[in-house]
Amino acid sequence: MAGPVIWSVTISFTNTALTGRNAKDPSWVGFENYTRLLQDPGFPVSVWLTVVFVVASAVIGQNVLGLVIALLLGRVGRATHAIVTTIVVGAWVLPEIVAAFAAYAYFADDGTLNQLLAGIGIDGANWLYEFPMLAVILANVWRGTAFSMMVYEAALNDVPPEITEAAVIDGAGGLKRLIWVTIPMIRGSIATNLMLITLQTLAVFTLIWVMTKGGPGISSTTLPILAYQEAFKFQEIGYGSAIAVVMILIGAVFSVLYLRTLRPGRDA
Amino acid sequence: MRFSRVLAGVATVSAAALAFAGCSPAADDSQTITVVYQKTDGFVALDELFQKVKPEFEAANPGVTVELEPIVADEGDYATKLALMQQSAETAPDVFYEDTFRVRSDIDAGYLLNLDDHLAEWEDWEQFNDGAKEAGRADDGSVYAVPLGTDTRGIWYSKSVLEAAGVALPWEPKSWEEILETARAVKAASPDKVAFNVYSGKPAGEGSVMQGFGMLMYGTDDTLYDADEQKWVTGSEGFVDSLAFIETLYGEGLAPAPDVALDGSMWQKLFGEWFPGGQIAGTIEGSWSPSFWKQGGSYEWPEYVDDIGVAAFPTQNGQGDGAVSLSGGWTLAVGAQSEHPDESFDFLAMALDRENALEYNIANSQIAVRADVAEDPAYLEANPFIGFFTDLVSVTHFRPATADYPQISAEIQAATEAVMTGQMSPEEAAAAYDEAVIGIVGDENVTQ
Repeated sequence: MAGPVIWSVTISFTNTALTGRNAKDPSWVGFENYTRLLQDPGFPVSVWLTVVFVVASAVIGQNVLGLVIALLLGRVGRATHAIVTTIVVGAWVLPEIVAAFAAYAYFADDGTLNQLLAGIGIDGANWLYEFPMLAVILANVWRGTAFSMMVYEAALNDVPPEITEAAVIDGAGGLKRLIWVTIPMIRGSIATNLMLITLQTLAVFTLIWVMTKGGPGISSTTLPILAYQEAFKFQEIGYGSAIAVVMILIGAVFSVLYLRTLRPGRDA
Repeated sequence: MRFSRVLAGVATVSAAALAFAGCSPAADDSQTITVVYQKTDGFVALDELFQKVKPEFEAANPGVTVELEPIVADEGDYATKLALMQQSAETAPDVFYEDTFRVRSDIDAGYLLNLDDHLAEWEDWEQFNDGAKEAGRADDGSVYAVPLGTDTRGIWYSKSVLEAAGVALPWEPKSWEEILETARAVKAASPDKVAFNVYSGKPAGEGSVMQGFGMLMYGTDDTLYDADEQKWVTGSEGFVDSLAFIETLYGEGLAPAPDVALDGSMWQKLFGEWFPGGQIAGTIEGSWSPSFWKQGGSYEWPEYVDDIGVAAFPTQNGQGDGAVSLSGGWTLAVGAQSEHPDESFDFLAMALDRENALEYNIANSQIAVRADVAEDPAYLEANPFIGFFTDLVSVTHFRPATADYPQISAEIQAATEAVMTGQMSPEEAAAAYDEAVIGIVGDENVTQ
């Protein structure tokens, strides 16, 4: 996998394009693409939207919801367990493009959500246009929660019941048990899960492209969308690659952060 | 890109080596030329033309197979896919359909074959008008692409909707202000209808420049590109004014709702539902519009002949010629990496001979670029508006034929979208555009 990464980094220091003289004879431009990126007013917006998207839909949405569902599933009967699992995992097994179309159909102006709202007398908003980030965040939570749920179910199954029982005897309530016993015991799984879903979400392209194309304007243009537009719409491969490299760096920063703060086997 | 060419080269050599190792004495002497073009649900005229030419060409050239490879995509994606195909000799097409505004840029990229020698031997070439010949010419003076036809743009309006709003017909607005006044009258008379559309935003692609911003910009006292100095103009009043017109139109609710306008397929609604259903008063559109409504078109609506009126688009305050139009059009070109350049050119020439050009120009409501087609009664009678739009050629403008144009066009689209959605004021969007242009062409290629 190192090949494409090295290629991206190399290309990001050139003015390679899909058309024009730079397609025929690309030349080295040093850090020009990066300085241009820093001056681009759309870039900070894009970085901010990417962070919002990752934190809201992955770190909070998928992660917390996945943990909550996994905890609740430990207390329900087998039938309920099967039904809930099927529903949640259903979104996960859909290919991304299919999930994206489904989410588009759900949030569109004349889509399912607004029809449901109209059924109870509420005039729904034009979600994809007025609240594009909210729509794509909810769509990504819907799509990705199953992964976190499965990771946490497996982790919770590994927590020895006698430890939880001991805590109960010591008089710890549900919430205290969760915070002081369960979570520390599955800390390793939390770190792994957070890292995986962060990297997955950082790379989400199809979902957003199908639902909003990064618009209206640039109000849902995350970094993958920005990179695609620069590379393949404006046909500037070099500049697009520079954005891709920035994404790699952001992913690396998140990974290091998780590994350092939540490394299993290291006492807090 | 070099890297991929090297890879492609290695692959070709290996394949050749394997073929020779096979030692088949009956060497493959059949030749295949690939033809790549765009096809959409609204644009099948070219597909029909090639389907017809393919068997004729194969019959006339034994041993040559024509492989048609239509790409189903909008104009922006088509260009990207085509550019990606050009990256390797393995996938580069022999003959392809190319927008005039990308010709220069793709010549610079080395994708197009110099056609001078072929054109010198092609007797039909003298039938092409001079403007059309320029469309495929590069800085080196050589011609690289042959136009299929051209187009002009003006206002298409619904007589019934304007009548209902008390507007006197024929409607002949003399300034931008008159368009806004009429639009306001329509909105007052029927608030649920679209008063006037000017394509804006990125999803409409080049349409936002050709059937949108550009029609405004070229009617101001400023220009986008100083052809004498060969520099792009920044900081112009006309640029801000043009964006301000779009802001007014969308801000006052006279244009389609921005969320509808930002759906790349709005034009289908416009031709298929709004005009036939009397839901829109007017729009800037191209001379090709009847191709959708006429018999056999995507949105057959024979009554358009009576219900639709046309007007020239006015300059900002009626200055200059009083009217403005933009012209573009598409060409056929031969790939620079083609292994069969002669056969490829012969295919191009057959597709654009008198008979085929006539058929295509009629089917696609194009303005003919061949003199013999332009005076053909069949062409003149095919569409009642063709005379009007042919006359607009006298006030028309062509896009700056520079290699940077496609990127700059994309920046204009972004500026119009920022304004129509209210994310930026016209001044802010113009400033962002100026900055982007400097980034693309460099400080030394812009002027105030």
